[in-house]
Amino acid sequence: MNEHKPNADQPKYINPYLGGVLLGLLVLTTVYITGRGLGASGAIKSTVVTTAKVFTPDQAKSNAYMSRFISDDHSPMYTWLVFESLGIFIGGLLSGILFGRVKKLRVDRGPNITNKKRLWFALAGGMLFGIGSQFGRGCTSGAALSGSATFALGGVIVMFAIFGTGYVAAYFFRKLWI
Amino acid sequence: MGPLIPNGIIGGDWDFVIAILLGIAFGFILESSGFSSSRNITGVFYGYNFVVLRVFFTAVIVAMVGMLYFDYFGWLDLSRIFILPTYLTPMIVGGVIMGVGFILGGFCPGTSFTAIAIGKLDGIVFTIGLFLGIFVFSEAFPLFAGFYNSGFIGNVTLTDVTGIPASWFAMAFTVVALAAFWGTMFIEKRVRKNITEYKF
Repeated sequence: MNEHKPNADQPKYINPYLGGVLLGLLVLTTVYITGRGLGASGAIKSTVVTTAKVFTPDQAKSNAYMSRFISDDHSPMYTWLVFESLGIFIGGLLSGILFGRVKKLRVDRGPNITNKKRLWFALAGGMLFGIGSQFGRGCTSGAALSGSATFALGGVIVMFAIFGTGYVAAYFFRKLWI
Repeated sequence: MGPLIPNGIIGGDWDFVIAILLGIAFGFILESSGFSSSRNITGVFYGYNFVVLRVFFTAVIVAMVGMLYFDYFGWLDLSRIFILPTYLTPMIVGGVIMGVGFILGGFCPGTSFTAIAIGKLDGIVFTIGLFLGIFVFSEAFPLFAGFYNSGFIGNVTLTDVTGIPASWFAMAFTVVALAAFWGTMFIEKRVRKNITEYKF
């Protein structure tokens, strides 16, 4: 089974260095136009605040964290990162259609775990990423990528913390992926 | 001279149109590089696929060097751009939590959006997790509000803290990245020989 080249039938991805150059130019363009970088976790934060504001308006306003993002003149959804994240979804869909990767619902997982286990860990991982991104003032896009690209000390710290920890944690959770 | 919107060269009304367009480009690049698959992403931690390292490091180098040239040519006023604030300990802790989340979940927020776009159930569940995580954080916020705001150094760059010019950091980063590109090529080849084939 391992005789022939692994991943021989992999779908067409663009050359990673080309992808990197394009992504770097995109960060540069974004900073050139808007004065700040890209992001992603901020959009989920806006969604959380909006949900709380719709269902429990008083509690949302009295919450010490959420109240920072509530303003009387517009909805928390009316922020730059929400529109940008909508774009991420559309762009992903366009690329998926172009390269033939849009298919019915399926799960990616390591070879030695069940789909169910994969999904529980995806949920746990998402929760941790959500919590961590609040302390980190951004996630891989906002803090690590855009932060480092603008030479921000915090960006470089978050980048090393994420990837450094990733390598340590990878050992303990290797059964999930290999 | 940039940045265009803060300097009033492009009107603020265009903000959200530009946000969607830049987002589309971002999503397209992430998906077409293979980041809509958690197995591609986690490969960087197990040595069977270094696409994350290649794309991420290349992007940082290109953006860093680009900033310096834009500044040099007078196209972009670096003193007018947003510098991420540094809260030392909270950001280290946040990064560590995200690192564990990265391994457990196999995505980061931006990549999970593109995974949803092509029909990955694990991407959807990860994003639900993000939502729950931020909700839990907000609810529990009073417990660690002090810690959250601790260690504030300011909106500082590497140069502000060390006095070393930004171009040196760009240079150092480029050298390290090139070495990593070269070294991981061999690691990837070796590891791929020994792992079970995977489909995307």
